[in-house]
Amino acid sequence: MSGTHDPAHHDPSHSDSSHHHQQSFWSQYVFSTDHKIIGIQYLFMSLFFLFFGFCLMLLMRWQIAYPGHPLPFIGKLFGEHNMPGGIMMPQFYNQLGAMHGTIMVFLGVVPLGFAVFGNYLIPLQIGAKDMAFPRLNMFSYWSFLVGGLLMLSSFFLPCGAASNGWTSYSPLSDIAHDGQTIWLFSMAIIIISSLLSSLNFITTIFQLRAPGMTFERLPFFIWAQLITAFLLLLAFPPLEGAAFLQLCDRLLGTSFFLPSGLFVNGHVYDVSGGGNALLWQHLFWFLGHPEVYVIILPALGIVTEIIACNTRKNISGFGMMRWSIIFLGFLSFVVWSHHTYLTGMGTNITAFFQTTTMIISIPSVIIISALFITLWGGSIRFNLPMLFALAFLPMFGFGGLTGLPLGLAATDIPLHDTYYVIGHFHYVVAPGVVLGLFAGIYYWFPKATGRKMNDFLGHLHFWPTLITMNFVFFPMLIQGLMGLNRRMYDGGATYNFAHGVLFWNVIISWSAFIMFLAQLPFIFNFFYSMFNGEKVDSDNPWHSATLEWATPTPPGHGNFTKPITVYRDPYSYSLEGAPKDYSPQDQKEI
Amino acid sequence: MSQETEFIPYIVKPREDTGLYNAKFGIWLFLASEVMLFGSLFSAYILLRVGSFTWPVQSDIQNVPIGAINSVVLLSSSIFFIRAWVALKADDIAKYKKFMYLVILFAFIFLSLKGVEYYQHFSHHEYPKTSVFLAIYFLMTGLHALHIIGGILVNSYYVGPGLYLRDQNKQWFINRVEVAGLYWHFVDLVWIFLFSTLYLL
Repeated sequence: MSGTHDPAHHDPSHSDSSHHHQQSFWSQYVFSTDHKIIGIQYLFMSLFFLFFGFCLMLLMRWQIAYPGHPLPFIGKLFGEHNMPGGIMMPQFYNQLGAMHGTIMVFLGVVPLGFAVFGNYLIPLQIGAKDMAFPRLNMFSYWSFLVGGLLMLSSFFLPCGAASNGWTSYSPLSDIAHDGQTIWLFSMAIIIISSLLSSLNFITTIFQLRAPGMTFERLPFFIWAQLITAFLLLLAFPPLEGAAFLQLCDRLLGTSFFLPSGLFVNGHVYDVSGGGNALLWQHLFWFLGHPEVYVIILPALGIVTEIIACNTRKNISGFGMMRWSIIFLGFLSFVVWSHHTYLTGMGTNITAFFQTTTMIISIPSVIIISALFITLWGGSIRFNLPMLFALAFLPMFGFGGLTGLPLGLAATDIPLHDTYYVIGHFHYVVAPGVVLGLFAGIYYWFPKATGRKMNDFLGHLHFWPTLITMNFVFFPMLIQGLMGLNRRMYDGGATYNFAHGVLFWNVIISWSAFIMFLAQLPFIFNFFYSMFNGEKVDSDNPWHSATLEWATPTPPGHGNFTKPITVYRDPYSYSLEGAPKDYSPQDQKEI
Repeated sequence: MSQETEFIPYIVKPREDTGLYNAKFGIWLFLASEVMLFGSLFSAYILLRVGSFTWPVQSDIQNVPIGAINSVVLLSSSIFFIRAWVALKADDIAKYKKFMYLVILFAFIFLSLKGVEYYQHFSHHEYPKTSVFLAIYFLMTGLHALHIIGGILVNSYYVGPGLYLRDQNKQWFINRVEVAGLYWHFVDLVWIFLFSTLYLL
């Protein structure tokens, strides 16, 4: 290996001795203020939540494919109340749907992309010793954990968990059972956690950059995290406000979201009325749309790092990508009402949001195109992270393209609330973002543990996952175009017009079950490789130019063993006249 | 403590290119998110009012004189905070304490007057569930009162048990108080908007 600039492999036990105070196990690994430990804590929890949310979806898929059939083997475990004789009850199906969405978005994908990789990598990539506010960082993690566990605990209420969809539309969720109250409380806690994380990340990126680390020299991953943090910081508070309003409606008897004369079960609902149900939708989607970019951008950042490193060349149009992501961040605040075309907003407002929605696709396309063009003429290494990153590009692009008909009111109105919508946004999030996040785990695993993940098991994870994902989500597009509604407890069996596409339900469900099996190699690989994987022979096994690889493996307290000065751009690969095909950012001579 | 300032730079001294120390940068971001929080509630207020058939004449059911006095009370406490911070920078700790106590006293006066108003509403059988206006009024002023209570806690800490931090690093302590002051001014500013929106308009 030609990892020449690296001092030989560091032994972690004395690499951090300069800053190390003897700490107890608890303060070092549990109540830690070290950004790397916090990142790893987030990693375990968000992977757990992802897996949990995935399992909820598998239960639903059984019901959709075989409505009314008892779930074999495990069906009886869910209790007589939820699944009598193993047959799922409609209210339990609704709980699963709402909690699948909530857990996947707020407790799974966003913490994994933003909190895990952001925490672990931001100080490393900008050459800082820790976050700007380490104790606040610890507080963020613990409030995330409390909020997440509170959310899960609502399944154990007598009435069950929230069952009003992940969007919790009023007035239904105003008059729903107590699971919704728990949902609101845990969302408020989770929102506080991500607000504090995001202000911490932004302050860190602005204040703690190493000497020479100008904004032009920041890796794209840092830019992605910066914009993501701004979106979270500014878009989440309105949802917090909306949660307060809905809590008042539920607990104090106010009617912020309850119109006058609302009929419930044939009777006029006894409240003062005068509220506006659409207010909730606007407050929710004001967060909800920037949230989409909160999900996407960290994965884009990860994929950019991996593609630059594994094509051994600079990202084409790197400057354009930076401006695109800034523009995208601004514009994501003025597209939210394309989720509410069906509410009768009026043509002028619809025209405005159609236009902004079409415009926001431009920066996304610029970023994806820049990544595709980067592949041209690169000497590509098809290692595991690169496979995931390469799969991300077309899958994410496909997810984006299928969104165009939903951005235009004329085509959105027939497609609204059909499986087409589900197919579209799952293409963005699952084959898109989740593959990108897996890529990140495979790519930075050697930095965190000093060992590589097993290659064979990785392929066993990658190929079935990629194939089954497409068998899960592509048929949904077909079903949706035929008008199949997305929230049908029986998978659409009672709808005559849907009979032609119902056979897909079984194919989708079995693909999802196989996809579950395909995740087992990853879980095994993750834990096995942590202790038994192939050891890396240098601190920079991928020969990357960015700063996180200039640390010992794994990085100790304080990260760097020497003061860092940055001399060049993040993707300094294959520079002319350089002795090797990568020139680390912190090395003066190329 | 000195180890901490070496470990994380720009806790005490501002960074050259941003011109801010970390906590000041952080508090501005926090206040930005607070603007969005209160902004969403003000937007909710506008939408509810525009969309409602009946809206009370606010000045009829609100106690405008108390609201006006409360505005003066909060603005004065903001001025006292600045005097306290200036005294702290001049190393005049007795004066700092005097003004800081005034800040806290005036915050308590504000909360007491707010309590009087709430009591008057309740005795007229005006509760959050009575009408949408009262609902948004109680929610927004209640959330604001929570912010005041938070400010009282922080300010009391820096004039009471937290004073020992000053012995460890004077400049750092001045920074902490300045950040608490920025928050306090913001809370006052929100009240000005609340007063004009919920009482006068």
